[in-house]
Amino acid sequence: MAGAGGGGNDVQWCFSQVKGAIDDDVAEADIISTVEFNHSGELLATGDKGGRVVIFQQELESKNQPLCRGEYNVYSTFQSHEPEFDYLKSLEIEEKINKIRWLPQKNAAQFLLSTNDKTIKLWKISERDKRPEGYNLKEEDGRYRDPTTVTTLRVPVFHPMDLMVEASPRRVFANAHTYHINSISVNSDCETYLSADDLRINLWNLEITDRSFNIVDIKPANMEELTEVITAAEFHPNQCNTFVYSSSKGTIRLCDMRASALCDQHSKLFEEPEDPSNRSFFSEIISSISDVKFSHSGRYMMTRDYLTVKIWDLNMESRPVETYQVHEYLRSKLCSLYENDCIFDKFECCWNGNDSVVMTGSYNNFFRMFDRGYRQDVTLEASRESSKPRSVLKPRKVCTGGKRKKDEISVDSLDFNKKILHTAWHPQDNIIAVATTNNLYIFQDRL
Amino acid sequence: MSEEIEGRMPSSDEATHKEQQEIDDNVITPEKAEEVKLKARYPHLGAKPGGSDLLRKRLQKGQKFFDSGDYNMAKAKVKNKQQLPAVTPAEKAEITGDHIPTPQDIPQRKPSIVASKLAG
Repeated sequence: MAGAGGGGNDVQWCFSQVKGAIDDDVAEADIISTVEFNHSGELLATGDKGGRVVIFQQELESKNQPLCRGEYNVYSTFQSHEPEFDYLKSLEIEEKINKIRWLPQKNAAQFLLSTNDKTIKLWKISERDKRPEGYNLKEEDGRYRDPTTVTTLRVPVFHPMDLMVEASPRRVFANAHTYHINSISVNSDCETYLSADDLRINLWNLEITDRSFNIVDIKPANMEELTEVITAAEFHPNQCNTFVYSSSKGTIRLCDMRASALCDQHSKLFEEPEDPSNRSFFSEIISSISDVKFSHSGRYMMTRDYLTVKIWDLNMESRPVETYQVHEYLRSKLCSLYENDCIFDKFECCWNGNDSVVMTGSYNNFFRMFDRGYRQDVTLEASRESSKPRSVLKPRKVCTGGKRKKDEISVDSLDFNKKILHTAWHPQDNIIAVATTNNLYIFQDRL
Repeated sequence: MSEEIEGRMPSSDEATHKEQQEIDDNVITPEKAEEVKLKARYPHLGAKPGGSDLLRKRLQKGQKFFDSGDYNMAKAKVKNKQQLPAVTPAEKAEITGDHIPTPQDIPQRKPSIVASKLAG
């Protein structure tokens, strides 16, 4: 077991910042449900169960502190989704933000897609730092002047003002999903994106809200025959015709949109053969894939199921090329984890900028990093105790049986209510954002 | 890199492959042991194909049902302080009528202007 590995065996992770309330009484609305860096890493967005989005911006590195990366401070916050009730189906529609995905930046404004269970919205976040002054017919406060008092004409001039960041909904993509949306993914063509629910995947044009193409439909004619649902979907990072979707049975299907309009027939099926003698009641549940992410290179994809992270080579469907155990010690606790529903927790995973390290969360506010090259892994903790500025995080260890060493924690002492489901890695630097239930931690490597 | 499975199974360094097979056959994997535990507590679990039940429950998340009879019974229950028989939770089935809110229980619509504590 390595020391502070992750990103080369010389990376040491330090606490940088923590956002959110300290008190233990967590309001349900404050539960963080998604975390995402934009393509440059300058902006970091979070979504919560209350339907709110908070965007942080990295401060420019100051010349006085060259060895310190900029801090992330609040840039904009807005209410993205509101709770709704579908009266026709007697269905409560939660305002919880399931996913946020940034669009690549094309002009001064920033755009992101945010989605709840039913509706996707395109938000424009723009800055205003000048305002026109010197109107002829209006006073500075907006009141209209008496036209008879106007004796001269002047041209209004732009004057600098305090920076104002405005978020406005530019598109609302509604009424296309019968089931609950679990994923959205922007295509590399920057014109289209997909949205996936439990049984269907739709393709949208970012400009068009009243039409959506269904590209995958796995709903059986008879719902009694339902055996599998879609759990996640993503477009390939540079092949605009390719996307993948994962299932609750642990399979991943790669589809090529050039093959046909409806991609029910997969081009590739990725599935690890199962040893039938090992099969149990829990096998299918723990094989359900909770997240799928392409590597930045597009050569690999990573899947997260309940106990492992798997790396797949797109050229090989028969089995993953790498498998990492996240918390194998939970295998002997599956009965209790089923009873308290934790076995259904959906953990996400992410790649670092050069695809050499992958990260995912666990319980007790632990999160794990696996260095693919150096074959090292480390367990770190996001807690207020290790929150002194620039303090190096100490690796944690779970003791699985027998004598517990000092500083180790036994499996039975783990807090299963403290789960890290959402993590994000800066696209270039070693900066990570880790979400506990209601706090956002930012860690950086020690420079 | 990967953590070893708990010490029920002997290290594979010590046994040859054939011996390992025999040992595997005789020792229950931790997962199967957990299954045995679960079946002991909830004997009716898995009688129907578990996958479909769980999936259907997942697809129906958020669906509310209202029955005026159940609603009135629930109101009467509160008045008489009678206990309804406990429902075993691991059946993983929601009893229609058990979760009917009364007007007093329904939370007021949340004000949209409450800012996130992350922005504080």
